[in-house]
Amino acid sequence: MSTRTRPRAHPDDDTTTYREALREGLREALASDDRVFLMGEDVGRYGGCFGVSLGLLEEFGPDRVRDTPLSESAFVGAGIGAALAGMRPVVEIMTVNFSLLALDQILNNAATLRHMSGGQLGVPLVIRMTTGAGRQLAAQHSHSLEGWYAHIPGLRVLAPATIDDARHVLSAALADPDPVLLFEHGSLYNAAGKLDPAVQQVDLDRAAVRREGTDLTVVAYGGCVSKALEAAEELAGEGISAEVVDLRTLRPLDDATFVGSVRRTHRAVVVDEGWRSGSLSAEIESRICEQAFFELDAPVERVCSAEVPIPYARRLEEAALPQPAGIVAAARRVVS
Amino acid sequence: MAEFTMPSLGADMDEGTLSQWLVHPGDRVARGDVIAVVETAKSAIEVECFENGTVDTLLVDEGTTVPVGTPLARIGTTAESEPTADRPPSTPLVRRLAQDRHVDLAAVHGSGPGGRITRADVEHAEPESARAPEHDTTVGPSEPTHTGIRRQPATKPARRKRSRSGAEAQSAPTARPPRPVRSDDSTGERQAPQRVRSSPLARRLATELGVDIAEVTGTGQGGTVRAKDVRSAAAAEGAAQTAVPNVAQAATARLMSRSKREIPHFYLSTTVDMAAALKWMHARNRELPLSARLVPAALLFKAVALAARKVPELNGHWVDDGFVPAEDVRLGVAVSLRGGGLAAPALAHADALSVAEMMAALKDLVARTRGGRLRASETADPSLTVTNLGDQGVEAVFGVIYPPQVALVGLGRIVERPVAVNGLLGVRPVVTATLSADHRAADGATGARLLTTMDKLLQQPEEL
Amino acid sequence: MNHDQAKAFVRQAVQRVVPDADFTGLDPGVSLRDTFELDSLDFLEFVEALAELSGTELTEDDYPVLDTWDGCAARLVAEASTSTQGRSG
Repeated sequence: MSTRTRPRAHPDDDTTTYREALREGLREALASDDRVFLMGEDVGRYGGCFGVSLGLLEEFGPDRVRDTPLSESAFVGAGIGAALAGMRPVVEIMTVNFSLLALDQILNNAATLRHMSGGQLGVPLVIRMTTGAGRQLAAQHSHSLEGWYAHIPGLRVLAPATIDDARHVLSAALADPDPVLLFEHGSLYNAAGKLDPAVQQVDLDRAAVRREGTDLTVVAYGGCVSKALEAAEELAGEGISAEVVDLRTLRPLDDATFVGSVRRTHRAVVVDEGWRSGSLSAEIESRICEQAFFELDAPVERVCSAEVPIPYARRLEEAALPQPAGIVAAARRVVS
Repeated sequence: MAEFTMPSLGADMDEGTLSQWLVHPGDRVARGDVIAVVETAKSAIEVECFENGTVDTLLVDEGTTVPVGTPLARIGTTAESEPTADRPPSTPLVRRLAQDRHVDLAAVHGSGPGGRITRADVEHAEPESARAPEHDTTVGPSEPTHTGIRRQPATKPARRKRSRSGAEAQSAPTARPPRPVRSDDSTGERQAPQRVRSSPLARRLATELGVDIAEVTGTGQGGTVRAKDVRSAAAAEGAAQTAVPNVAQAATARLMSRSKREIPHFYLSTTVDMAAALKWMHARNRELPLSARLVPAALLFKAVALAARKVPELNGHWVDDGFVPAEDVRLGVAVSLRGGGLAAPALAHADALSVAEMMAALKDLVARTRGGRLRASETADPSLTVTNLGDQGVEAVFGVIYPPQVALVGLGRIVERPVAVNGLLGVRPVVTATLSADHRAADGATGARLLTTMDKLLQQPEEL
Repeated sequence: MNHDQAKAFVRQAVQRVVPDADFTGLDPGVSLRDTFELDSLDFLEFVEALAELSGTELTEDDYPVLDTWDGCAARLVAEASTSTQGRSG
């Protein structure tokens, strides 16, 4: 039995957290489509390892919110089967590190069946998982491997970075006839803010310009978007106008938005919590160089995690991750 | 398989637009065939192919702009597998190894398939330097290697040596004359020394704004020229002069700026009596049909070309801090374009043309230059240029040399002037011939020789 | 050939060399070479074109009178009248 309290309305009524926004998305999906069900480790009685599904078991019952054994391969495979049979499963994997146990199911089955069946079989499956570091959970719970999944054709890979995106991403993901992976950055769950009532859906095909600027483009996604915005604020104090692009969808990448931004600013810093070598940041930098080489006025800079397993010790962990100060320094280098 | 690449059609050209293919894959082509039309900043140029063979693949679509040296098409050569007499087949690795070890590949017997020279062949060959007194003993080219495994270390010291003392490596004796450093010569150790560090955007803007990037002071890291530096340079230039109206003019502007910046010009001038030449020409013209009639420029240009052959010190190019004489007289003819700007296409073997041939060639060349249909071979590397402003009514022109040439002959208008000949005063047609010359390559005595030679030639027009 | 026809030949001949040459309001007494910036090669081409268009033989001795629009036209008309007389006589 969960020792945690049921979610209460926030003291200040019109603010909400990233976690609550995700939960509202789940609640809406479960309520509006009875093909939708949630399954994963501890999603039911415990309310989700990160508390996202807290209260949903009580609200929708054990058929719709299902606890599974500790076997990622088994329950992801079951989710694929359910999707093939016409359901709309939402599978939660505790962290991206553990998703590797289900990599075979994700890559060899979910991502390929449509192609291998000549379009006869679709896998409308949504897999949610936590990614990223910053909470002293050490190397086995803290890595950012979403870039690996962004390598795989047949998958759509999303990284909601704002409360509005967290609230509305699920309905868009469920509407996709093919498998969608949803990466929730662990450090964002407690982020609080107001939902914009004007936003009723999110466009998964487009990256979003989170802050407009003229001197350089900072490309980020997931947990690094807020760090990029913080850096942009500091840069503004120095008279440097940074545009911040939130990729939002990691596959397929919306080249047009970030390359278009670089065409205007002529300089770019790419922020990626993954390791630099062979990373998503490398892909983004390549596309900028391929598509906007003659617009570049400085080499593209990257701010990535140190190439070590993410350390446990707090200061070491902080030092290993992209931080606003590092983004500011990179921005200064590209404009100076 | 040979590659047909974007040619350099002038000293100032670094990219060109493939505007039209005149062949298709599968077509047979012969050396000298015009196979494509390339658009440069100055004009459209018909480009010839240098191979006999069959067009295999067209690599660049019409309308695409690519840098000089970019492969445009692959041509299957008829002599595909036969080793050429002067250059046995070898791989880049082997050529590099041979260079490091001072081995002359032409003298190596290839033991690989099809006579290919292998690494082992190079390692067992006697290095050139072993016969030469300048042999650098630290390199150890004759270090015996009998197993494949030890080959690699043997080459390493030589390379390190090169990179540590680049100047020394540069001055190593070579049989070949110095040639321009090509941009595709990408071995890091032999980088062209004067490359301007600049961002891609800065280079693009510089082209668009007609700014010579070498002239811009970079304020970026390590002096990198960035967009802002180009814009301020363009604004500074713009304050002094109005915007450059067209690309041809911008290209001329860049080249002429470079010339005046780099070349220490000196000028000579002489007056040439044209009575004999014109008398001869009028006599010829009375016999010739209108279409074959001569103009004085044909005689004058022929005289310049012959003078250039007789004074080879001014017929050639300044390359890498040295003068490289040209093998032929490729007479550049400055042609003003009707829309503004200048082009200076070349007449090959100008010294060997008869006056009638010169006249025909000149008419054809000027017409095609103005029509924007030059051939590649006509734009490449004139060895000396002549400009004729006489038709515009001025008596003398002191021109700007086209880099990398070292001399330019200017011809004024033919005017009647009182002249003392053999103690008698008479009215005779005269022309002022001037020479602009590069003082790095030549001195006044050499320049004077060119003008006086030309004068003498014009006194005996029947010999021209 | 009358004077106006001759003038039309002259205009056409110049326009072969300088396609955008504008004769509107051109003083028939000014130098064509100066007005249209004809160099010696251009001039030769013009004379060739004029000879071909009008069917007139033009020699180097004619060059001085071929400098103006009127001069050219007069030269063409004179040639035409002599050759016509020749045929009729």
